[in-house]
Amino acid sequence: MSVTTVERAAPRETPSPEPSYLTAEHTVGSWLLTRDHKRIALLFFASITFFFFVGGIAATLMRLNLATPQGLLQPSVYNRMFTMHGIIMVWFFLIPSIPTTFGNFFIPLMIGARDLAFPRVNLGSWYVFNLSGLVVLYSLVMGGADTGWTFYTPLSASYANGYVFAAAMAVFINGFSSIMTSLNFIVTIHRLRAPGMTWLRLPLFVWGIYAVSVVMLTATPVLAMDTLLLAVERFIGVGLFDPTRGGDPILWQHMFWFYSHPAVYIMILPAMGVVSEIIPCYARRPIFGYVGMVLALMAIAILSFFVWAHHMFVAGISIYAGVFFSLTTFFVAVPSAIKVFNWTVSLHKGSIVFDAPMLYSLGFVLLFTVGGVTGLMLATLAIDVGVHGTYFVIAHFHYIMVGATVSAYFAALHYWWPKITGRLYPESWARFAAILTYVGFNLTFFPQFILGYLGMPRRSYTYPVEWQSWNVLSSAGASILAVAYALPLLYLGWSLIWGRKAGPNPWGATGLEWTTPSPPPDHNFSSTPTVVHEPYLYDPEKATFVSQEGTRHAG
Amino acid sequence: MYRWIPFWPDTAAVNAEVVNNLYIAELIVSGLIVATVVAMILAFGVRYRRGSPASRANLVQKTWHLEVGWTTATLGAFLILFVWGASIYIWLFQAPQGDEEVYVVGKRWMWKVEHPGGQREINALHVPVDKTIRVVMGSEDVIHSFFVPAFRIKHDVVPGTLQTIWFKANKTGVFRLVCTQFCGLQHATMQGEVDVMSAPDYARWLTEQGVHESLADQGRDVFRAHGCSGCHDENSTVHAPSLAGLYGTYVHLQDGSVRLADEAYIRDCILNPRSFTVAGFPPVMPDFSGQLGEDEVLKLIAYIKSIGKTRETGR
Amino acid sequence: MPDRGARLLEVQYANLAHQGETAELGIWAFLINETIFFGALIFTYYFYRLTYPHDFALAARDTVLWCGSVNLAILVTSSLTMVLGINAAAQGERTKMIRWLVATCALGFAFMLVKGYEYYLDFQDQVVPAVNYVAKSGEGPAGELFWVFYWVATGLHAIHLMTGVGLVLYMLLWRIRRGEITPVYYTPLEVVGVYWSFVDVVWLFLFPSIYLVGRS
Repeated sequence: MSVTTVERAAPRETPSPEPSYLTAEHTVGSWLLTRDHKRIALLFFASITFFFFVGGIAATLMRLNLATPQGLLQPSVYNRMFTMHGIIMVWFFLIPSIPTTFGNFFIPLMIGARDLAFPRVNLGSWYVFNLSGLVVLYSLVMGGADTGWTFYTPLSASYANGYVFAAAMAVFINGFSSIMTSLNFIVTIHRLRAPGMTWLRLPLFVWGIYAVSVVMLTATPVLAMDTLLLAVERFIGVGLFDPTRGGDPILWQHMFWFYSHPAVYIMILPAMGVVSEIIPCYARRPIFGYVGMVLALMAIAILSFFVWAHHMFVAGISIYAGVFFSLTTFFVAVPSAIKVFNWTVSLHKGSIVFDAPMLYSLGFVLLFTVGGVTGLMLATLAIDVGVHGTYFVIAHFHYIMVGATVSAYFAALHYWWPKITGRLYPESWARFAAILTYVGFNLTFFPQFILGYLGMPRRSYTYPVEWQSWNVLSSAGASILAVAYALPLLYLGWSLIWGRKAGPNPWGATGLEWTTPSPPPDHNFSSTPTVVHEPYLYDPEKATFVSQEGTRHAG
Repeated sequence: MYRWIPFWPDTAAVNAEVVNNLYIAELIVSGLIVATVVAMILAFGVRYRRGSPASRANLVQKTWHLEVGWTTATLGAFLILFVWGASIYIWLFQAPQGDEEVYVVGKRWMWKVEHPGGQREINALHVPVDKTIRVVMGSEDVIHSFFVPAFRIKHDVVPGTLQTIWFKANKTGVFRLVCTQFCGLQHATMQGEVDVMSAPDYARWLTEQGVHESLADQGRDVFRAHGCSGCHDENSTVHAPSLAGLYGTYVHLQDGSVRLADEAYIRDCILNPRSFTVAGFPPVMPDFSGQLGEDEVLKLIAYIKSIGKTRETGR
Repeated sequence: MPDRGARLLEVQYANLAHQGETAELGIWAFLINETIFFGALIFTYYFYRLTYPHDFALAARDTVLWCGSVNLAILVTSSLTMVLGINAAAQGERTKMIRWLVATCALGFAFMLVKGYEYYLDFQDQVVPAVNYVAKSGEGPAGELFWVFYWVATGLHAIHLMTGVGLVLYMLLWRIRRGEITPVYYTPLEVVGVYWSFVDVVWLFLFPSIYLVGRS
């Protein structure tokens, strides 16, 4: 950013009056027993990064296997790989990713509070998460489950040979971590907003976290009950979902998807919140249609509960049920479309800078749009009959979960890196990684749309040889994507030691979090701020911005 | 017809042709949406990049016109696609009478096919071209999914019940059949071929199989062997519902509900009689679950469908 | 008292009232979550009950109605004693408060004793799925499903009840002993009370579902 008047790097040698949250205490105990939401955010960051790489290794092995029809892995190993990849990526990376790291770190800062409502519950959530992580690692190390992350019965309950019970229990325990975190956020946002921080002055990231927390709190208990019943069936051998013993396998699907559809919106809502923070900042203009964006977030959260059986159009539900769920699915796409339009128009008459957070965010918008339109195709009943259970679906959800959510995660990581660590990252490397991600991602997943329409089933360790060229393209893309995801580890790590020190507000952003030092002190604010403005008061014409607590700045 | 579209799969059935048109329409709509977003981002990104001379005066922060406008347009477009897709879906999944019937059982990890004439196949399905084929499907173990990409028709086979789909192939040739619901170790190789033949070729194939007993006849043997005729025969002294002409009628059950006597109903009666007792009859039918495999149940169904066709039933 | 108050007030809150209100919102939000958890179980139960009414009614004849009814009475009474305890806390009547809370604990233990005896009887009656389950004559495979729900539902309820008893004991032996529950700030006790009432309400739904099947 070539702004001349806004401080990018910190002024020389002005010692901070108080230690930051990083240096306040040094013992291991002060980290493992901390109540500081910022330290807990870093603890979560460590855990989910670990699982991201575990899930990523599984993906690497899968794509290596699929580069040729002969493959690399034994069928049983491949089947366990894709199952564990799904379980780990969904519950141990994507669902916690943005909320437990950036949500934990920034919700109090953004609303002007000194911590979350229940700090001990926050820490407890991390320990529960790790407990569930240990159980899933146990399942993985012992050989893994081999049912797909959807645990369809009666395969999972009565036939599968893998460690289904352990995997199901890991998911069950993991749910409690989600519940604890989401409860904390809901209560915090309701009750700990600083004076003047009305609901309609909340930054959209806070709204995104609020929306996701409502969904998490109400949907996760259904998953908890499902996995518990599955574990009971698996463990003691009764027939809850086994048709030979009176059970109904379709009931499992209904109950599973009743949670798991909202779950996919759990994975996208915080990402939308992140992008809504970054686009105004790097375009230097207010977001277009703030209220529409808020309504869209809440509409998505609520409507997400009414669409679950679109995963079951060919499963044996009545055709009229199919028609109903197709209609509701089209409805839930409308607020998402509104958001895409609003983000795009938020570039109009801005003063745009293409730093890494903005590149990742624009990539988000494009990849989310592709994922969204292919979602429309899946919502269309007659088309879904043809592509359900094929690579088309895999491509669709990876465009959203990886193309969109993971891009937003990296956008957030770069955007807030100076605030969290007090260091600036090297911009050229970051831009390169962002572009490489985009190229690698599209090369990996676009061919999968074609494979799906050609008829390649998902969850297959091999395929007919005429589909090999598409698979090779996809695997090649995956290798590029792997590099693109590994790069930030390197240069961000580098920046921790050799990066330039950051001032409180290197990007000239308007949120309350940017009024504190980088990194912030233990209790965030020496005195509770008073909010007088809505967010995103950037003026591209005059090149100024107004912070939410009222101070006007150049830049 | 679709050969000029690159990477387009085979289109070999009337079902597939109808779906093709919808798919192309959606591809175009999707392409337009993505292109619009890309164009706007590129245009704004270039025109309003930091330091460009374009005017930033009179910023639009919101206009309800724009928001309501594109929301309505989006909703309108979506509803059109919804109606189109739903109407095809209803047509796809309401299985008609059919010119030919075939019975399919999915089992780990193969597709077992039986023709009414008694011909059996594994991982292969021979059908005549230009005829509506009605497929009655079941599963012996876990959920599988019967999918023929060239016909764009798919349905899960769920253990514990029967599913019915139909297709009408309009091109001869051999087309891939795959399983698209993960069913365990060899799910990826649970594949077969649908061989669409001309009518004379198909007739010749049927006779070449050298089968003497039709499926219904085999079903009669099962019927007798398991003692069903003891109660359900015309001359039986036991008060049991008559099965002649049952198929296709509506049955009043003990709990007050009414069910169409299709293949799934007959299967339910055999394997779960207690829950489907016919009104006015004592609940004494023995439970055959565990005694009969899916194959035998399908044979029984074929038999029951064949008896009493001369009797007036009223559908 | 101001010292104790200062110790209890966490840094993110403006004052004790703020902290108290927030804690109350927290417990209610948590109970929404718990309601959906038990709700999913009860939904699945009723789904199977409506599919197999005959089998469920037949299998449920072995439930021990007197145990369930006595436990209902115990739990409802314990909610009363809990409320009286909270009332006493609000009035600053420390001895009464402790007495009512001890009564609540005792009633919780009584519930567990009755439940334990009932489980023993269930073992004798051979209604433990996969362990020693014997179906009655005329009962289909779904009868065992009824008992799966019985054990899962009552087991989960018992775990929640034990948690409640643990929380009351924590109040008695830790918070009240250190004088941290006062008429100025007794929200932790209210939070436990709300949780306790929830456990009671769950039993109000489980009782007719389990014990009154086919007995009307």
